[in-house]
Amino acid sequence: MPNESEPDKPLDLHAAVKEAAIAALVALGLFALLIGIRTDQGPTGALVFTTRFGALAAIVSSVFVATLLRATLWRGASVSVTRLLPASVKTAASGLAGYAAAAFIVFALIVPIVFYGNRYLLDLAILIVTYTMLGFGLNIVVGLAGLLDLGYVAFYAVGAYSYALIAHYFGLSFWICLPLAGILAAFAGLLLGFPVLRLRGDYLAIVTLGFGEIIRLILLNWQNLTGGPNGISAIPRPSFFGLPFNPSEHGFAATFGLAYSPTHRVVFLYYVILALALLTNWVTLRLRRLPIGRAWEALREDEVACRALGVNTTTTKLTAFAMGAMFGGFAGAFFATRQGFISPESFTFAESALVLAIVVLGGMGSQLGVAIAATVMLGGFELFREFEQYRMLMFGAAMVAIVIYRPRGLVATRTPSVSLRDHKVIPAAIVRDARTETPA
Amino acid sequence: MEYFVQQLINGITLGSIYGLIAIGYTMVYGIIGMINFAHGDIFMVGAFLALIAFLVLVAIGVTAVPLALFIVLLVSMALTALYGWTVERIAYRPLRHSFRLAPLISAIGMSIVLQNYVQIAQGARVKPLPPLVHGGYTLFEGNDFAVRLSNIQIIVVVTTLVLMAAFSFLVARTRLGRNMRACEQDLKMAALVGIDVDRTISFTFVIGAALAAVAGLMFLLYYGVVDFFIGFLAGVKAFTAAVLGGIGSLPGAMIGGILIGLIETMWSAYFSIEYKDVAAFAILIIVLIFLPTGILGRPEVEKV
Repeated sequence: MPNESEPDKPLDLHAAVKEAAIAALVALGLFALLIGIRTDQGPTGALVFTTRFGALAAIVSSVFVATLLRATLWRGASVSVTRLLPASVKTAASGLAGYAAAAFIVFALIVPIVFYGNRYLLDLAILIVTYTMLGFGLNIVVGLAGLLDLGYVAFYAVGAYSYALIAHYFGLSFWICLPLAGILAAFAGLLLGFPVLRLRGDYLAIVTLGFGEIIRLILLNWQNLTGGPNGISAIPRPSFFGLPFNPSEHGFAATFGLAYSPTHRVVFLYYVILALALLTNWVTLRLRRLPIGRAWEALREDEVACRALGVNTTTTKLTAFAMGAMFGGFAGAFFATRQGFISPESFTFAESALVLAIVVLGGMGSQLGVAIAATVMLGGFELFREFEQYRMLMFGAAMVAIVIYRPRGLVATRTPSVSLRDHKVIPAAIVRDARTETPA
Repeated sequence: MEYFVQQLINGITLGSIYGLIAIGYTMVYGIIGMINFAHGDIFMVGAFLALIAFLVLVAIGVTAVPLALFIVLLVSMALTALYGWTVERIAYRPLRHSFRLAPLISAIGMSIVLQNYVQIAQGARVKPLPPLVHGGYTLFEGNDFAVRLSNIQIIVVVTTLVLMAAFSFLVARTRLGRNMRACEQDLKMAALVGIDVDRTISFTFVIGAALAAVAGLMFLLYYGVVDFFIGFLAGVKAFTAAVLGGIGSLPGAMIGGILIGLIETMWSAYFSIEYKDVAAFAILIIVLIFLPTGILGRPEVEKV
């Protein structure tokens, strides 16, 4: 790659222009038909096309200019910033991570107070915390146990539908259904866990992906129970210790002598999901210190060594799946009660990909990283709301860019689960998963 | 019986398309051990390129169907191969020595990019193409059910067979094929004996994408409609086919593709059309439980 050349090498303008010309030629080949020509259905129903050579020329010339700039002006600019920092700064930075987590939690706690009047931001905050929670749940499976799960959305769906169906058919309240949804999702996790016990790496990935699709297709086609593509609507909202959030005289507002405001419920929902996310985080951190958590991490590092040491890989894997699935189920039940409406459309592979991206880009196994990644991804996603059409494109491109420039994720360091006195941080450079290395 | 034979023909046709896509997955997996998640979308891009090339050809007056088909085949193979090359260059090559999940995430990102790029550039609505190849043969008639073999089915299966033969020759007999096999066994060692590993991997992506483009054209001819979302499901099923046949094995990809095509068609014919995808995935899971390396896959040796 050209930007790996020595910065003091004399500038070879000829080569740079040649490289840019080749890039422009490639771009022309790529975009000539798909951008240069637009197909639409004409009045007779047959396809007609219109040409857009202006847009094509603009894209090709910008590729030329960008490549030229990269080859001339920005040479050597790719030197990693972290590599330039002195060691002392890095140690200080890693020490700050502890404070950063605390600051993050404090900020999360005061969000509804600061942004009380801003319904839009509150909704966004709920969304971010929901995905953080999903990230924490998936982190148990992928980050701790090292089992690549591409169908995590299945457990989210099981949780959401469990709550919606139980509430619909048996009229139970959210607070009774929440643990039930978690338990049912955990069973779904065990159901997935059994067949995949013997599978490794990418086989596991594809089976979990298939499992996610199976669940979605069943929800879509079992019309009698799930309503099929129409989904389930009028899912009951949660109450505050039996006080509903409505303007009636037995409502939350009237009981506390407040003026009724729909924001009360939003704030309440925010604290519910925040509590759930913090619970997930706390359970994960505690589990890491228990034998089962250590077994998960050992399994991630080396399955063969694990078995040699007498770790029961079957139960280890199954508990990881069940535990991750349970938290996914909680988040699903919350999603159902917040939306009031669910349909299979909310549980597509794109959701699994998003959660997995949050976990991997956050730095696998790092709780803080997951929270930061969820904020960055979903916040960034919202920033592009005005460019509705382009935001999924930007999202995909951002995924590629982040993974290329920070392949270990945003928080690449790893805190040891168990330490004697001082909490050392394992630097990113030596964090290595034996199981995830490409086989030599 | 007649009904069964008809479904058999339909299943093999569909399976050939899956098989062509599956080859791209299995080759890339064999060499660099990654799931090229964007491969299904490369197939979709190939179908779109073929569609647009057709329209342009008709507009400039090439109306003889065989000639147009041939030109479209070459154009879409070449341009889709360029997509395959670019995707590898941008999204996978920088991650060559990264940890294993990184290329997968990058591939998922690339898949999202390709899907949305086509959606923006060409719109989200389905694109119909009037049937170009007509006619067919009635093989035999039973009690009020005629078994039909359409020309388009013949084209799909014959093209697939020819390409498979050409491709097997390429892998078995040419210098490039030898390099590919060497890289598959050991990337580092291949580099040590003077094989340009980067170039070989690029070629693998180029060939995989070109075959996906053929599959895209066949899909377009067979079904007559494309949209920007066809890549996901076709990609997942083709990957399932590659795993079923034994990942890394070329004949395995073809066998797996045809099996998946048959399972899907038979299931929709005899049970329920809604659950045909469930059947395909369920069978994948069952096969992996009892035959974890697929039908023709080599057993993975666990090294400590």
